Amino acid sequence: MTDTTSTVEQQLEITLRVNGVARTATAPARRLLSDFLRHDLRLTGTHVGCEHGVCGACTVLVDGQPMRSCLMFAVTAQDHEITTVEGLAPDAEQMSPVQQAFTECHGLQCGFCTPGFLTTITAYLQENPDPTEAEARECISGNLCRCTGYQNIVKSVLRAAEITHEREAGA
Amino acid sequence: MTTRMFGAPVHRTEDPRLVTGNGRYLDDLGHDALAAAFVRSPYAHARITDIDVSEAIDVEGVVAIYTYEDLDGKTAERLPLLIPHPTLTNPMTGYALAPELVNHVGEPVAMVVATDRYVAEDACERIRVEYEQLPVVVGIEAARSGEALVHEEAPGNVAAHMVQEVGDTAAAIAAAPHRLTLALEIERSACMPMEGKGVYARWDSDEQSLRIYSSTQTSTGVRAAVAAKLGMPLAKVECIAPDVGGGFGVKIMHPWPEEVLVPWAARRLDADVKWVEDRREHFISSAHERGQLQDVEVGFDDEGRVLGLSVKLWHDNGAYTPYGIIVPIITSTQLLGPYKPGAYKCEFWSLFTNTVIVTPYRGAGRPQGVYAMERTMDAIADYLGKDRADVRSTNFIQPEEMPYDHGLLFQDGRPLMYDSGDFPASLAKLKELVGWDDFAAYRAEAEAAGRRVGLGIGCYVEGTGVGPYEGGHIQIETTGRVNVSTGLTSQGQGHQTVFAQIVAEELGVRMEDVHVTTGDTRRFQYAVGTFASRAAVMSGNAIALAARNVREKALRIAGEALEADPGDLEIVDGIVRVKGDPEAQVALSTIAVLSNPLRYAFDESAKAATQFAGTPDMDKPPVADDEEPGLEGKDFYSPPRATFANGMHAAIVETDPQTAEITILRYCVIHDCGRMINPMIVEGQVHGGVAQGVGGALYERMAYDEAGQLLNASFMDFLMPYASEVPHVETDHLETPSPLNPLGIKGAGEAGCIPVTAVIASAIEDAEGFPITSMPISPTELWDLRHRHAAGELPGLRRGSRTTTTAPTA
Ligand code: FES
Ligand code: FES
Repeated sequence: MTDTTSTVEQQLEITLRVNGVARTATAPARRLLSDFLRHDLRLTGTHVGCEHGVCGACTVLVDGQPMRSCLMFAVTAQDHEITTVEGLAPDAEQMSPVQQAFTECHGLQCGFCTPGFLTTITAYLQENPDPTEAEARECISGNLCRCTGYQNIVKSVLRAAEITHEREAGA
Repeated sequence: MTTRMFGAPVHRTEDPRLVTGNGRYLDDLGHDALAAAFVRSPYAHARITDIDVSEAIDVEGVVAIYTYEDLDGKTAERLPLLIPHPTLTNPMTGYALAPELVNHVGEPVAMVVATDRYVAEDACERIRVEYEQLPVVVGIEAARSGEALVHEEAPGNVAAHMVQEVGDTAAAIAAAPHRLTLALEIERSACMPMEGKGVYARWDSDEQSLRIYSSTQTSTGVRAAVAAKLGMPLAKVECIAPDVGGGFGVKIMHPWPEEVLVPWAARRLDADVKWVEDRREHFISSAHERGQLQDVEVGFDDEGRVLGLSVKLWHDNGAYTPYGIIVPIITSTQLLGPYKPGAYKCEFWSLFTNTVIVTPYRGAGRPQGVYAMERTMDAIADYLGKDRADVRSTNFIQPEEMPYDHGLLFQDGRPLMYDSGDFPASLAKLKELVGWDDFAAYRAEAEAAGRRVGLGIGCYVEGTGVGPYEGGHIQIETTGRVNVSTGLTSQGQGHQTVFAQIVAEELGVRMEDVHVTTGDTRRFQYAVGTFASRAAVMSGNAIALAARNVREKALRIAGEALEADPGDLEIVDGIVRVKGDPEAQVALSTIAVLSNPLRYAFDESAKAATQFAGTPDMDKPPVADDEEPGLEGKDFYSPPRATFANGMHAAIVETDPQTAEITILRYCVIHDCGRMINPMIVEGQVHGGVAQGVGGALYERMAYDEAGQLLNASFMDFLMPYASEVPHVETDHLETPSPLNPLGIKGAGEAGCIPVTAVIASAIEDAEGFPITSMPISPTELWDLRHRHAAGELPGLRRGSRTTTTAPTA
């Protein structure tokens, strides 16, 4: 066995576009995307519940697709477009339809799993703007929540679709 | 008149922050802190013979490595026994770092502090610990046999043995026309909040003070424990529970070893130190619950009335008993539910095993008690060929018998006395909701279509709002902002909202003006914690009383300013006005200025106040003898005993005739927690509770092997339900106000999960036609039971009317 104790880890400069803004930080190759976002870029909205890809709390959008940021290295996200929960609201005045739906439908309790649900549902509604209740349940069935029993999250998905349509009609 | 806030389904005020990524959970704090990681025992029972850190110490970025040898003062002593109980004859607690013996996999053995968590874990990998393995005790049967011992000091692995009896149970059972015995089993599960535990400590060497952030359910408890362990004055220690990502009980245990070690290291290194638990650590070193074996003997009459009930419980308390024997005490008392047996005896043994500790998990011993009682009710109904709901109602305590004293001592050491409840009314509502009387027809239809369905029922009574006390403080600023604080913590229950609702209602102010702080010892130093569905009852009532004090003071000052009798005043939207004379009014913000005579006209309210500054009596001091400056009030609420909420659940399940897959088709809940502050939040608590109950009934178990290794220590292998496994929950409420507290409320946090295991067992049994005595149950286990039943090894139910064939079809 070679003695590697004195080896200094190689640091890489990693640049991502996060929530529409180019962000650069230096981190070793093994830094998980979740940790990079949370600790290097200080976007702590993305949460880590398991670090093994099962709970979905760390879900962010990579080029619009929901991905588990605990299963990606930050360096592999180089030059990609990342959306975190901090980037879902259109502006400081208004929440996104999914965020608003969660507050209206009591779709969260402790809020720890919530960012992962919000990003997942946001991407889903782009593909299916009019889900049925069964589809709404299906859409969230890859994310764990220990608090809500999911019922109000299902309701939130349906309400978010409604709000999106209301806003489109109003615009 | 403003809309009433108490009782309204107000949207939560915490949500806008949480849905935009602006929550601040433990790991969101302390970006620049050093990171701690732990070497944990890979063996369930072993003697540490050597620890070699030489390969780890010069890993780039490592700041310090600590083992037991490094601990000093009280940190080197055993962790405290939080709740000593006289029957706990062999209590045992662990150490912050194990000195010699390890008693479960996951016990901390060494601590590394480094510049970064990745590096800290690298160093942990390089620490060589040598162990001499010792015989391992896993499971209640092994513990009970006493062949191998977890602790030499505890013969027979018995930590505690307790007996409570009302009446002469043996005689009552012997004299009863009918007798039955049941042997029941229930497995371990765990709270599994989505956020694990975490501690972040900041040592201030100038002030010689410590600030600790912990994802705890009791910041005052952690503060006191750390001060004691580190030998610091309480005044120099602060503890704050930030946003906490769920607790469900596991975060009421304290101090966890890490809660002692992280602050200790921060002081020693004069640096900020943080530790955030990862999921595997949570599985193997944070507490579990539920595991029990139960023997029931019951005597009853032809109507199904219980004349004598004798229960023996063997409770798995894991390797140590830091939280005492609260769990089996609760099981043994709350087992009685809404019923009144003629005579009752419960005897339990709390046993050591070489597994992680057992402390309260949502429901805290109640799911097991309800399981024992409801399985018994079903067995009686089956024996007599009676309707299961009828047998239950035969045994109900009647509304006119309230308050009802069981003659037993509850977990708080006070009489087990129900304050209110209307069980017949609840049952009627449940039968209506689930369509109890139409089920036979539904079953016949399903059977005709080749489907197998069953209906289950379960009733419970839950002691909530246990003492000793909580407090509330309210201060109105000169801007009209109302600051409310209480010492107990929040883990997602919506305390910020419900406490604001109470204050808005009591004080007559707008919700937007109310700002609630919980679990911060800088703001409120006296508190117990959030557990046992006590937050709304305890802090809610304390805050209401504090609000009444502030209101009284505000009206008194306003009365002077407006030259009116305080009795003629009302407060609406933060304005005090003379009833019937809208012109005569003064804002609470102005009263806040008036209340503090040392004033300068620093803002608009202060300017407005000057117009009311009449000529005081020159013989009196500006602040009267029994007065204090400032518009604030404080009060405490301390109940004589717990308040008892109750509920009844029913479920319809379908079991696949071929695969034995179990599907919950409907789940119905009747819930009575007295007056509801916010029905939307109560519903949310019920939904979440049922989901956890479903997990416990069908999926979750702690798969320890014989060597004490937890084989399913990940979310991949521990099957926590997703949306696809949790049924839609149909609810209805009954509100029987508690006569014990000013707001008439009872706790609602745990109710949802309490009867679920019993209900699902009842429904599966009803579908299959043979008894279900061990839970949780998987399709494989059900499939095996079918075969055993078909082979005649497992007797069927006795019900004459059944038509379901239970022989496996494949
Ligand atoms: S933290 Fe990434 S899936 Fe759980
Ligand atoms: S809201 Fe707490 S885990 Fe989902």
